[in-house]
Amino acid sequence: MAETSNAPETVTCTIDGMEITVPKGTRIIDAAAMAGVDVPHYCYHPSLSAPAQCRMCLVEVEKVPKLVPSCSGTVADGNVIHTQSEKALQAREGVLEFYMVNHPLDCPVCDQAGECKLQDYISAEGPAMGRGKEPKRVLGRDDFGGDVLFYADRCVMCTRCVRFMREVAQDERLTVVQRGSRAVIDTFFEEGLEGNLWADNIVDLCPVGALVSKDFLHKARAWDLDRTPSVCPNCSQGCNVRLETRDNQVMRIKPRPNAEVNDHWMCDYGRLNYEWINRGARIEAPLVMDGGRHVSVSWSQALTRLADALRDSTAGVRAVVSPFAANEDLGTLRRVLETVGGGTGVFRCETGEEVPLPGFPTLKLRTDRAANVAGAEAFAFTRAGGTDGTGGIDDVAGHDGVIFVLGDELADAPADFGSRATLFVYVGQFLSPAARNAHFVLPSTTFAEMEGTFTNVQRRVQRFWPALQVPGMARPAWQVLGVLLAGISEDAQVPGTAAEAFAALGAVGAGFAGLGYDDLGAMGRVLPQLGALAEAGD
Amino acid sequence: MAYPYIHPSETRVLSKHFGEPEARTLKGWEARGGYEAARKALSMERSAVVDEVKASGLRGRGGAGFPTGVKWSFMPKKTDKPHFLVCNADESEPGTFKDRELMRWTPHALIEGLLVGAYAIHAEHAYVYIRGEFFEAAQIMARAIEEAYEAGYAGKNVFGLGVDIDITLHLGAGAYICGEETGLLNSLEGRRGEPRMKPPFPAISGAFRFPTAVNNVESLIAAAHVVLNGAAWYKQWGTEKSTGTKLFCVSGHVKRPGNYEVPLGFNFKEFIYDVCGGTPSGRPIKAVIPGGSSVPILTGDELDIGMDYEAMAAAGTMLGCGSVIVMDDTTNIVKQVRRMVDFYAHESCGQCTPCREGTTWAAKILRRIENGRGQPDDLETLLQISENMSGKTICVLSDAAAAPITSSIEKFRGDYEALMAPVPALAAR
Repeated sequence: MAETSNAPETVTCTIDGMEITVPKGTRIIDAAAMAGVDVPHYCYHPSLSAPAQCRMCLVEVEKVPKLVPSCSGTVADGNVIHTQSEKALQAREGVLEFYMVNHPLDCPVCDQAGECKLQDYISAEGPAMGRGKEPKRVLGRDDFGGDVLFYADRCVMCTRCVRFMREVAQDERLTVVQRGSRAVIDTFFEEGLEGNLWADNIVDLCPVGALVSKDFLHKARAWDLDRTPSVCPNCSQGCNVRLETRDNQVMRIKPRPNAEVNDHWMCDYGRLNYEWINRGARIEAPLVMDGGRHVSVSWSQALTRLADALRDSTAGVRAVVSPFAANEDLGTLRRVLETVGGGTGVFRCETGEEVPLPGFPTLKLRTDRAANVAGAEAFAFTRAGGTDGTGGIDDVAGHDGVIFVLGDELADAPADFGSRATLFVYVGQFLSPAARNAHFVLPSTTFAEMEGTFTNVQRRVQRFWPALQVPGMARPAWQVLGVLLAGISEDAQVPGTAAEAFAALGAVGAGFAGLGYDDLGAMGRVLPQLGALAEAGD
Repeated sequence: MAYPYIHPSETRVLSKHFGEPEARTLKGWEARGGYEAARKALSMERSAVVDEVKASGLRGRGGAGFPTGVKWSFMPKKTDKPHFLVCNADESEPGTFKDRELMRWTPHALIEGLLVGAYAIHAEHAYVYIRGEFFEAAQIMARAIEEAYEAGYAGKNVFGLGVDIDITLHLGAGAYICGEETGLLNSLEGRRGEPRMKPPFPAISGAFRFPTAVNNVESLIAAAHVVLNGAAWYKQWGTEKSTGTKLFCVSGHVKRPGNYEVPLGFNFKEFIYDVCGGTPSGRPIKAVIPGGSSVPILTGDELDIGMDYEAMAAAGTMLGCGSVIVMDDTTNIVKQVRRMVDFYAHESCGQCTPCREGTTWAAKILRRIENGRGQPDDLETLLQISENMSGKTICVLSDAAAAPITSSIEKFRGDYEALMAPVPALAAR
């Protein structure tokens, strides 16, 4: 029982009357958060250094004569801390009034309105009336390059942006110039932030509307957006994101913190590459080739006829899948293929240069520019084609057996793709020229319209949730293929939910048997390592 | 005729050789007993040097008055890490010009002080961070350091005693905030001159994040005297808690502005009326700033006090760095305060919100009042701004800006109200 040396040292303090025990060295602001107390702050950010300069987070610690900045002060044993005492409130009110001295109050035209910490704190704790009679300082705005626009007059000089570029991006593009109330954030050279892949993170970090995204400029009001937790589909890193939507359109993508994957950050490539999710002209009903032309039919007709055709088929099966498809889609297709006698399948993936984030090196814009390459590989689909994500399907194009296409648009495929096939099944979103040859065209949803999981480069399986309405009769591919599977296999059950589809993946995907859907949570879980599959992304 | 003016009541210890150009040379300095103190210190135990300075009660002359020996004793015992001594020669407090004179006339005295201080704290490198505008003083210091290196009094094996102490002169660029010790360290390292959050204090993490002692020019020179002559000798002057002599810089409405060295505890009234000769016009004194622009103002009736840390504190002000600014009854206090607050608004580094916004806001209000456009609630607003920026920031610049505002409103409210009279425009004409 003498083994106490390894236990982390803890201290116990009282915050607003609540006693809490935290590890020694915990910042007061973090301890307060653990106690459920939000201490207003601007300059502090958990993933950046704490310069203690906004002076918003001052709290009263009994027996300490001056107010203590809770972002740099650590908790000592027996501290009695008051965040709502008269002294602390008066200090915060004073600081908020100081911010108002030069703030333009242009909330009606400011993109940050509705998610602005200045607005929030002023309305919660600020003075009811301003006492300023003096003319305000006017600095105007500046194009910082990249996607970033700077409204100097709204700035609260928290320097989060400067510190992000210095400490995390490790590419010092920003600095504070001048001093006193003339101090302003500025770029060093003409190019500004241009060319830095991580610059848009400073827009997220900015607590006010000083740094805004050009892409999002005046596009939507924050309170009109619906926010859905998701996973960035644009590379195999699998950054946790929120899809922010309005009127059934993705308006922007924002990172969602996950210390194991992307901390608080994401790259500009992933963030700004969302227009494809909003693409229209979707297939909205199942189509069946009847007498040389497609006829729209009901799902039950389409799937009954397809099951009949498959049951009779003895031909070899080839598949082309998309690395943007969910694990559930890919795994259910693999189960279908196994049922009809096995078959090979390929996926094509665009690749590019890998770009790490120096301050959080496990976060990279990955070579593979699709979310679920690891998932496709886990279900035994193999890579084909070139670095631009095209080619590699010539042998499938002329295949004279059964062809399954899942999610791949076949945009580069020859116009006679699949014309020699005995059965060509196309499960996807867009009716490309090649897809028009299919005997069965089954409309499926994108990741943004369904529930499911992706497997990232670290083999971490992460959930996403539906953010957009499904177009027409489109359904998640796992559901379409799951119903089909139940039609051709006696053991298979129709999956009613993504969780049920996931639960059936263990039979066909290495490691999936060891994961429960409910265990994935919002942060995901890494697939258990299995023998030769032990190599993973760093 | 000696150094501009020497008054018989002065006790000239540090300023003894002011006005003697030969004292600037190594030869001339040694002829005046120079480098004995440094030689003696380097032959003593390092801890004995610290103890002697501690025993003397010498308090830092940069403004805060923290005991020099105690500051040195906070330095960690020698570890593998390098230690640094940094001499704060930025002297930027408005009204202060004592360090400039010390360096102009007795540069080798400072080098001695650096050797004593560096030796005491195990530092092998001493920096002199000198204010950018002090061009003449910097040239004189540079020449003296060169001479010291040539004579083997600096660099490797100082005095042949096996101690290495390098001395580097570093010119600032003229920012007030770089006189704040951690702002100075950032500037010395090539960063923006922004004060650092304390703790950690410089004794733990100072220059280049290594243990560092930052001392004022006058403190270091006084420490050398203490080591040479002993703590008891030094304590013959001053009061019980404010020992020794101090240089006071006098400017404003006095007959004889300049530097005067008197023992601490000297009567302030006698100092102004006798040593400095009172006002040139013979008009009554309206206000005195006793310790540099950052300290609360005294009225002309509050001068019968001792010039020491305790007596000044009891009078509600501070001895600061000993910069006395005298104003006679022709002075418009509002204009003076506005001028000072303008200075702080200009010099605020801009890190902390209360200082960055508060100083500028207060300056704008004061300018409006000065121009006769004051409004009845302005004084209340000024007092609240002062309250909201006092004790709430990383360094004390905003406290310094608040001090003249609050003390002047308290003591010279009439001056403000006169400008807010019903027809202020007529009054101003």
